[in-house]
Amino acid sequence: MSALDKERQLILTVSSSPHIRTGEDTRSIMLDVIIALLPALAVAAYMFGVRAILLALASTAACVFFEWGYRKAMKKPQAIGDLSAAVTGLLLSYCLPVTTPFWAVVIGDFFAIVLVKQLFGGIGKNFVNPALAARAFMFSWPVIMTTWVTPLSYKSFFTLKLIDASTGPTVDAVTAATPLASLANGAIPESVSLLQAFVGQVGGSMGEISAFALLLGGLYLLVRRVITPVIPLSYLLTVAALTFIFPLGGNGRLEWMLWQLCSGGLMLGAVFMATDYTTSPVNPRAQAVYGIGCGAITVFIRYFGAYVEGVSYAILLMNTCVWLLDRAFHSGRFGAARKRLAPAAAQAGPAPSSAPAPVRPPERPAEKPETGSAGAAADEAGKASAGAPDPKEEKSDE
Amino acid sequence: MSPSFFGGIHPDDGKRLASNSAIEVLPPPEQVVIPMSMHIGAECVPAVKKGDRVLLGQVIGEAPSFVSAPIHSSVSGVVAAVEPRLHPNGRNVLSVVISNDGKDEYYEGVAPHEEDALSPSDIIGIVKAAGIVGMGGAAFPTHAKISSALGRVDTMIVNAAECEPYITADHRILLERPDEVLAGIRLLMRALGLDRAVLAVEANKADAIKALKEKLRPGGDGIRLLTLKTRYPQGAEKQLIQTVTGRQVPLGGLPADVGCVVFNAFTCWSVNRAVKTGLPAIERVVTVSGPGIAAPSNLLCRIGTPVERLISAAGGLAGEVNKIIMGGPMMGNAIYSTEVPVVKGTNSVLAMTKEYDRHVENPACIRCGRCVAVCPMRLQPLYLYICERKGDAAGLNRLNVSDCIECGSCAYICPGRLELVQSIRSGKAIARGKK
Repeated sequence: MSALDKERQLILTVSSSPHIRTGEDTRSIMLDVIIALLPALAVAAYMFGVRAILLALASTAACVFFEWGYRKAMKKPQAIGDLSAAVTGLLLSYCLPVTTPFWAVVIGDFFAIVLVKQLFGGIGKNFVNPALAARAFMFSWPVIMTTWVTPLSYKSFFTLKLIDASTGPTVDAVTAATPLASLANGAIPESVSLLQAFVGQVGGSMGEISAFALLLGGLYLLVRRVITPVIPLSYLLTVAALTFIFPLGGNGRLEWMLWQLCSGGLMLGAVFMATDYTTSPVNPRAQAVYGIGCGAITVFIRYFGAYVEGVSYAILLMNTCVWLLDRAFHSGRFGAARKRLAPAAAQAGPAPSSAPAPVRPPERPAEKPETGSAGAAADEAGKASAGAPDPKEEKSDE
Repeated sequence: MSPSFFGGIHPDDGKRLASNSAIEVLPPPEQVVIPMSMHIGAECVPAVKKGDRVLLGQVIGEAPSFVSAPIHSSVSGVVAAVEPRLHPNGRNVLSVVISNDGKDEYYEGVAPHEEDALSPSDIIGIVKAAGIVGMGGAAFPTHAKISSALGRVDTMIVNAAECEPYITADHRILLERPDEVLAGIRLLMRALGLDRAVLAVEANKADAIKALKEKLRPGGDGIRLLTLKTRYPQGAEKQLIQTVTGRQVPLGGLPADVGCVVFNAFTCWSVNRAVKTGLPAIERVVTVSGPGIAAPSNLLCRIGTPVERLISAAGGLAGEVNKIIMGGPMMGNAIYSTEVPVVKGTNSVLAMTKEYDRHVENPACIRCGRCVAVCPMRLQPLYLYICERKGDAAGLNRLNVSDCIECGSCAYICPGRLELVQSIRSGKAIARGKK
């Protein structure tokens, strides 16, 4: 012990490098997602009344409660502070009709948090998107899930009677078909304009109606670097390309494509659901393939499925392929191009390869980058005994 | 667009703390502790025993094999002990403890060389005898590096990126002694028979770049000054080669396999000094900085000086210090006692305070993919982590765990606060054990 150690009574932490971390953490990322979702909620409230906000709040609260309750019951460390449960709750409410009864939302929340997320190990472990899986599950109540209110048709901003599942919709607002139903029949909707569909003055799930608000949120996520453009772009471009090339019902290509892009859950799906970290690939190439897959399946279901909307099932299907995609489409290995590159040709870099690694030459003294690790010498010498994992954190006062 | 390495991060570099502090000479301590292993390769054999009188620059540890570097006394005095002492790496390593007599009496072998008369092999011989190793931290014996590169390289790169946050030792030497660094570069070029070299400096050292520009001989000099974008780990050997030449060091290969050889700027300075004065690697500039240091400084200190002395010279500790690091914050080692000595590869001593500790009890991967995006070796740290947890040696090998350079970018960026570097280190051992 040195004099300084004694004098200061230093208790020094010994832990693995690196010793600095970015300030960004799971909580700050989830908070950004929540912020990005707010414009869509504002539009929903404007179009459908205050019930939209109540539904979102109820769903969020229920998800947080179930996450807390499950982990409490299972004696696992609490994790609600990471806000991921809040995001799931918010997202689930967004893909429901505004008339959905609270009890149904709460059951959906239970399904999402407990069955889809926590039973698989909690955050980062679920293999499908909890909100979308819960939505698919909630189609057990088809009437609830397909009752659409015409925007701005409420009598009072603050009241909207609940749907009664036994007698069918009895709401204080007008129900209407969504543009998707019309598109499924190969017809451009007549009652609303494309501009209305873009800003969100259309029937539909409460958080899905405004492509504009969702794109605004997406832009925020891009600027904050919460997401990269790969998945949303590959998804939307695939839908755009397919609908442009194959318009139904003899409609104009461009108009048909724009209607498809602005309708249903596509924007919410492409910007917020398909980009869910846990259930999307981590490698950029795999992300592109995943986005293209989502787009192709979405169009396929919209064109040929019995059900008019394809976004949730497309994403859920692609969710199950994520590990496969990550394995098949990574960026290739550093230095995998074996032959020496001429300086002129070197600029382009070697072709990435996922081929099996070539046989490695015999062992030689490992090179450490000259970046500043002290004592690398004996570190190397001691590697033979490094079999046991380092203690995570050792405190010593000696 | 200029070529760049893959991935990388841009942490707050914290260099402002010490970048304006001129290099100060730290008086040698009453006692130095000189470990017999301060380099990659075989540990040295003590050439002295307790009670021997040794002189400044005298060999006290002999290199037993080619990949090794002799060790010299950094003071004159009497050997107080030859015994295992605490090393910056956290283990006890055989060390020679010398009581300083304060006379700094030079060993007879320490004499200037006739520079113009030196052949390339003479220069290599001087470098070898002077015990010069990679001074950027890796500490690979420099003579062995030159030998492995002889006749195989067309590009010599001088690494003055100094990409680790806080460290300003190379910055200051470039700024204050540009002539000596450039002279060292020319000597290494001569040793390798090259007429060109690239001196790569990160853009955050504008004053040093200016100083070097003024000292570079106009035209025909062969040294090209290259300003690099400030990005970590720019100064990692493979990444620097990629940035400068666009070439990727092949799997399991050496820089020489793509015609490159890389020397740290401080190594060049040491080479020049060994040739000009005959002094071996007995002292170096160490940055003492970080949020927990009262007066961040750059100190020229003798090898073997206890870290405690450096911290006192830099005004002592300030604030709630919970970690002291030797090396940079990204790759350095946390030490648990300030009695450990400065070794050849020590470029900095950092004191970190509690607010920089972002350790969490229950780290959780959210699969955000940032670790994949920042990895300069194009690895997939999150999958390595999963395989390591499962003890899956086959999976670790399939994911090329041995390619990892442990730069720490993945762990730095991880929002779930996974201890990725620690996990990958353990993963490397698992992969080796069951290959």
